[in-house]
Amino acid sequence: MPVKLAQGMQLDGFELLAPLHQGGMATLWRVAHPDHPGPLLMKLPRIGYGEAATQIVGFEVERMLMPVLAGPHVPRFVASGDFEDQPWLVMEQVPGDTLRPLLEQAPLPAERVAALGALAATALQDLHRQGAVHLDVKPSNLLLRPAETGGEARIVLIDFGLSHHQHLPDLLAEQFHVPIGTGPYIAPEQVLGVRNDPRSDLFALGVTLYHLATGERPFGNPTGEGGLKRRLYRDPPPPRALKPDLPRWLQEIVLRCLEVDPDARYPTAAQLAFDLRHPEQVPLTERAGRTRRDGRLAVARRWFGRYTRERALAAPATQHLAQAPLLMVAIDLKHEDPALCRALHESVQRALQTTPGARLACVTVMRTARIGMDSNLDAAGRNRHVKRLVALRDWVRPLQLDEHRVTFHVLEAHDPAEALVEYARTADVDHILLGARGLTGVRRMLGSVSARVVAEAPCTATVVRVRGEPQAP
Amino acid sequence: MRIALLADLHANRDAVEACLRKLDKAGHDQLVLLGDLVGYGPDPSWVVDFAREAQASGAVVVRGNHDEAVATAAGERMHASARFGVDWTRAQLTEAQRAWLRELPLSVREEDRLYVHANAHAPASWGYVNSRLAATHSLAATDAWLTFCGHEHAPALYHGQAGQAACFTPQPGFAMPLAPARRWLAIPGACGQPRDGNPAAACALLDTRARSLTFLRVPYDHDAVAARILAAGLPAELARRLAGGQ
Repeated sequence: MPVKLAQGMQLDGFELLAPLHQGGMATLWRVAHPDHPGPLLMKLPRIGYGEAATQIVGFEVERMLMPVLAGPHVPRFVASGDFEDQPWLVMEQVPGDTLRPLLEQAPLPAERVAALGALAATALQDLHRQGAVHLDVKPSNLLLRPAETGGEARIVLIDFGLSHHQHLPDLLAEQFHVPIGTGPYIAPEQVLGVRNDPRSDLFALGVTLYHLATGERPFGNPTGEGGLKRRLYRDPPPPRALKPDLPRWLQEIVLRCLEVDPDARYPTAAQLAFDLRHPEQVPLTERAGRTRRDGRLAVARRWFGRYTRERALAAPATQHLAQAPLLMVAIDLKHEDPALCRALHESVQRALQTTPGARLACVTVMRTARIGMDSNLDAAGRNRHVKRLVALRDWVRPLQLDEHRVTFHVLEAHDPAEALVEYARTADVDHILLGARGLTGVRRMLGSVSARVVAEAPCTATVVRVRGEPQAP
Repeated sequence: MRIALLADLHANRDAVEACLRKLDKAGHDQLVLLGDLVGYGPDPSWVVDFAREAQASGAVVVRGNHDEAVATAAGERMHASARFGVDWTRAQLTEAQRAWLRELPLSVREEDRLYVHANAHAPASWGYVNSRLAATHSLAATDAWLTFCGHEHAPALYHGQAGQAACFTPQPGFAMPLAPARRWLAIPGACGQPRDGNPAAACALLDTRARSLTFLRVPYDHDAVAARILAAGLPAELARRLAGGQ
């Protein structure tokens, strides 16, 4: 007999303050505990006769996963236990609303969709980096936490009942012979039972962005396994077919997320976030120009080939796929030193060769005056910004990189070290490469940029120098 | 409460000491030795004395097949090198030490935990939990929330579910919260004779309050132990296995 919950009741030291939600799967209460300050949320799964087995296992999964997750993109785990027969879990109550209500206002402007998508992708990158895959990404599980003083708005992922963690036994892996996920959002490989591919979350986020941007669901709301498998061979209408004023770059991004083959999607959530934040740098392919769904012949061909395709997709991912790092090379265009430039080229090339999925961001800082407005136009009337972009492209040319792998950024700041570190942080850069310059009088007075970047970088930082020359760090 | 677990110590003093250093640093309230204190390794007397002292101060110690073979008649079903090792080991131990080994229980139940060397369904016949089927049998034979076994030398974590138990290869050093409504069978892996290709000694740490289990691997100087095995005149194969973790 499940425990009857009532306001004011004490459950293992937690006082029930108010019921928040009586969902199909669980009851949520606002609770308080003298040892745990802040607003808390208690989740109690509905147990007993007639409850779906996936719900009960889902709660067990959440109980195993939440304590091992950390960081600003998941609710902080507080405690869990069993009160008589009633299991419970307490976590931080995150302020804000999910993206669910936004669906009623869809279609939203492209910029808003991209901004929300970038926040969601950043949250997913944080989760994937911890070894977990959410596997139930949808608007109602993406909680938009408003900006607090001194901070920025961010998306917090909630409900880990279907999630997978690479270092934990998967209680859902083989227990149910039905696809586990939410019909409109589930990725094709997930329909086939693959539960360890982080790129499944990118597909689901793609569905979410599609819905927010067009007001329509790309694959409808199928329920049966046959209906879910349809997305393996039937492509969705291109977003621009529904909303012609939607920018091409957004169609490119959304359709890349919705690729059936995970290898054709973004390799990592960080790279998706990056594109959503830099629309002008999204390389447009045939996807951007699509005006209608594929013809019957193409669909029929895919339908006949579906068994081969299913087999290929159902093969479990052998390596953890979040290993497609973003490299950043900081280039000093002002003090060109051919030997140092060569050394930097070599280091970048070496780093890119060892990881085929890696992407390169070429960054330079354009100094601005500390006080006052800077004219963006120089005396000759040529845009200084564009000049630097051209110079960056020229710098990278000897590396002969595929244009899909490289982007260019000119940062305007009065403090180069701070700008580089801040850029690395917001773009989720995995590795910074920068050159060490020779000792100059100015440097001695101001301190070196590279030393500060190394000290403050949120990731690995490599200082490249020319062998044999005495140099400052 | 934090419980430190060692299985298959196999008379390897260096491996035991290395694990204890790591476990002491992590902190623990109780020690559990899951059998096979002796056999294969060069230090049976030291390991038995250590286990006896640990038991006197509250540790749980269960009997393994090697302990039984050494304490009673030689195991007829053992490999030739193992049998030679049994005879050698018996000669190293005093009658008091052998008598103590003989008296060890086959399994010990404490609260919702069961400690047994081989398996829960037929502990005296020494069948390995080396498959999902075997784990299913063992889980069915007890109502303990968590069973700890040794005998099988590779670390593994099984959990009961509809149909056959599921198997998971744990990642060392990661504290796994174990669902309380599930039943689990954990094999910490061999401390003194690892056989999963990794020569580092294996052990585990259970936090009963957080219900989290951490598998650990501890590197130690296995070459020194291999040298002592050779010096003792034990089969060279036993020395080689330590370096390869086979």
